[in-house]
Amino acid sequence: MSAFNGSAGGPGGVIEALESLKKRWKLPDWNDGARIWPLLVVCVTVGWAIWSALYTVPSDSVAIVQRFGKYLKTVPPGLHAKIPFGIETAVILPVKRQLKQEFGFATPGSEDLDQGGRADEAEAVAQMVTGDLNAALVEWVVQYRISEPLRFLFEVRMPKETLRYVSESVMREVVGDRTVDEVITVGRQDIENEALVKMQALSRKYAIGVSIDQVQLKDINPPKPVQASFNEVNQAQQEKEKLINEARRAYNKVVPLAMGEKDQRIREADGYRIRRINEAEGDAARFNALFIEYKKAPEVTLRRIYIETLQDILPGVKGKIIVDEATAQVLPLLNLSSNGQTP
Amino acid sequence: MNTRLIILSLFLAGVYLVNDSVYTVGEVEQVIITQFGDPVGKPITTAGIKVKMPFIQEVNPIDKRILEWDGNPSDMPTKDKLYISVDLFARFRISEPLQYFLRLRDERSAQSRLDDILGSETRNAVAKHQLIELIRTTKDRKPSSTFPPGDADRSQEVGALVPISDGRLVVEEQIFDAASKKVLVFGIELLDIRFKRIHYNESVRPKIYDRMISERRQIAERFLSEGNGEAARISGDRLRDLNKIQSEAYKQVEEIRGGADAKATEIYASAYNQSREAVAFYEFTRTMESYKSILAKESTLVLSTDSDLFKYLKTMPQRGLASPH
Repeated sequence: MSAFNGSAGGPGGVIEALESLKKRWKLPDWNDGARIWPLLVVCVTVGWAIWSALYTVPSDSVAIVQRFGKYLKTVPPGLHAKIPFGIETAVILPVKRQLKQEFGFATPGSEDLDQGGRADEAEAVAQMVTGDLNAALVEWVVQYRISEPLRFLFEVRMPKETLRYVSESVMREVVGDRTVDEVITVGRQDIENEALVKMQALSRKYAIGVSIDQVQLKDINPPKPVQASFNEVNQAQQEKEKLINEARRAYNKVVPLAMGEKDQRIREADGYRIRRINEAEGDAARFNALFIEYKKAPEVTLRRIYIETLQDILPGVKGKIIVDEATAQVLPLLNLSSNGQTP
Repeated sequence: MNTRLIILSLFLAGVYLVNDSVYTVGEVEQVIITQFGDPVGKPITTAGIKVKMPFIQEVNPIDKRILEWDGNPSDMPTKDKLYISVDLFARFRISEPLQYFLRLRDERSAQSRLDDILGSETRNAVAKHQLIELIRTTKDRKPSSTFPPGDADRSQEVGALVPISDGRLVVEEQIFDAASKKVLVFGIELLDIRFKRIHYNESVRPKIYDRMISERRQIAERFLSEGNGEAARISGDRLRDLNKIQSEAYKQVEEIRGGADAKATEIYASAYNQSREAVAFYEFTRTMESYKSILAKESTLVLSTDSDLFKYLKTMPQRGLASPH
């Protein structure tokens, strides 16, 4: 019996109210410690059970369920429940998503740790020896999918790591069969095709449960100390082209022009020929015509021509002196004044 | 109160007992049960929930999957004295778990044994072969031409594939054959060996790079000299063709002009030379023509009254013109 029963008011009234509440709902007494803990444990356990029993499989994945470690079933996307407390485990694998692995370089910020390999290794991965015992730096990407999830989980301990080994080993094998020039220039497509085929065969043999979709070469370079001299070769090739083109240009500038000039001169000569012949024919025809007339009346024609000619000339001649042969008195003094006027 | 405590303790003890007698074997595990440290019974390879004796028996799980071994890159010389850095990987499986457990106990020692065996077999194989045998695989591969056609002789000299007799696959097989026998005793089945990385050792690289640089320089110089040579050839063509064209032009022009002159002369001759009278008439008319151009405005002429033109100045015709005066 409590000391604060009934008449006391304030605090007593609250406790009374709580007491009546307890009695109504049959809640255990606060002071009854022995019973509160099992109830709490049961609540927590039930909550935890529900929480660990439910799992969601994303739309690009499946879940592999094992009961007591033994494989039970493969579960498609959606919300599912399993027996909790570690009796059943569900491992989710993204079987429809295309995954990739990068070699010789690394894209920062990728979620998949196996994607890039170790950062300090990137250069070691890229270095390769070619079939002519030269060196090259090769970067590439492999795209794959988890095609057999059971194999992927149960056959090989580290399937993604194994895939990296396969990729590096095959790429070196393929590059090793080629010259450094082929690798850097014309052989890229060839290398991608051959590497893809070999990687697919090897990953099937190794049963890692992945299917390789594509091998893509990225940057391929000669080693850094050598890059300058590779560029020199390119420049020399271009220089050679340039020299030949310049020589051809000089040729084309001069020779067709010369041919044109040759034609021009030949045509000019032709023109000369035609003119000469025409003039000759014209002169000859004129002479012949005149000659025919002359032969009809020779003396008259001669006189006529003579007088006509002098008539044409003499008016134009400023100084005319007509002297009689018989006059022996005239001193043959020529007045060669500048304007030649008759005295 | 005491009863409850006893019941609780018994209950807890019971739970603990059950917990220690029941164990799971995963899909990827095989288990050896040991009693006081020694294995009892056969290894358990099927997955599921199993029972054992509590407290005195222990569970030793061993991986059933294909395991990987990745050696550390190590430097070793080839038969032709080139120092290379070699990195292998291998796949193996624990095929005899009991033997494995007895000889090795755990994976760390297994990996270390593999390091030793595979490392030494690799060294042996590499030392017996030239470097090119480890690099190339297909014997009869012909490199595709990387320089424009017409430079066939160049592509044979520089950048030809070094010939091999065995190739990478054969060497890998040799290492595999030797090593797989040796690991069998540990209950390990070696499945596969492949070269992961082969590259020139740091100390060798400068020499290799120098060789590559001088190779490239050689190619570059050949390009330049070919370019100059071709340019000189074209320049020579230019001069030759120019001379040819110009001299042909000259020849043809002279021929035409000469022919023209000859033809004209022939025409004139046929006219002027047709008879002796024609010659005289030509001489007369031609002389008359020449007076027109010879006697210019500023000339002074002294003419005689005896000339035919001025004779009438002296005397008149007296007796008519019927007979000459």
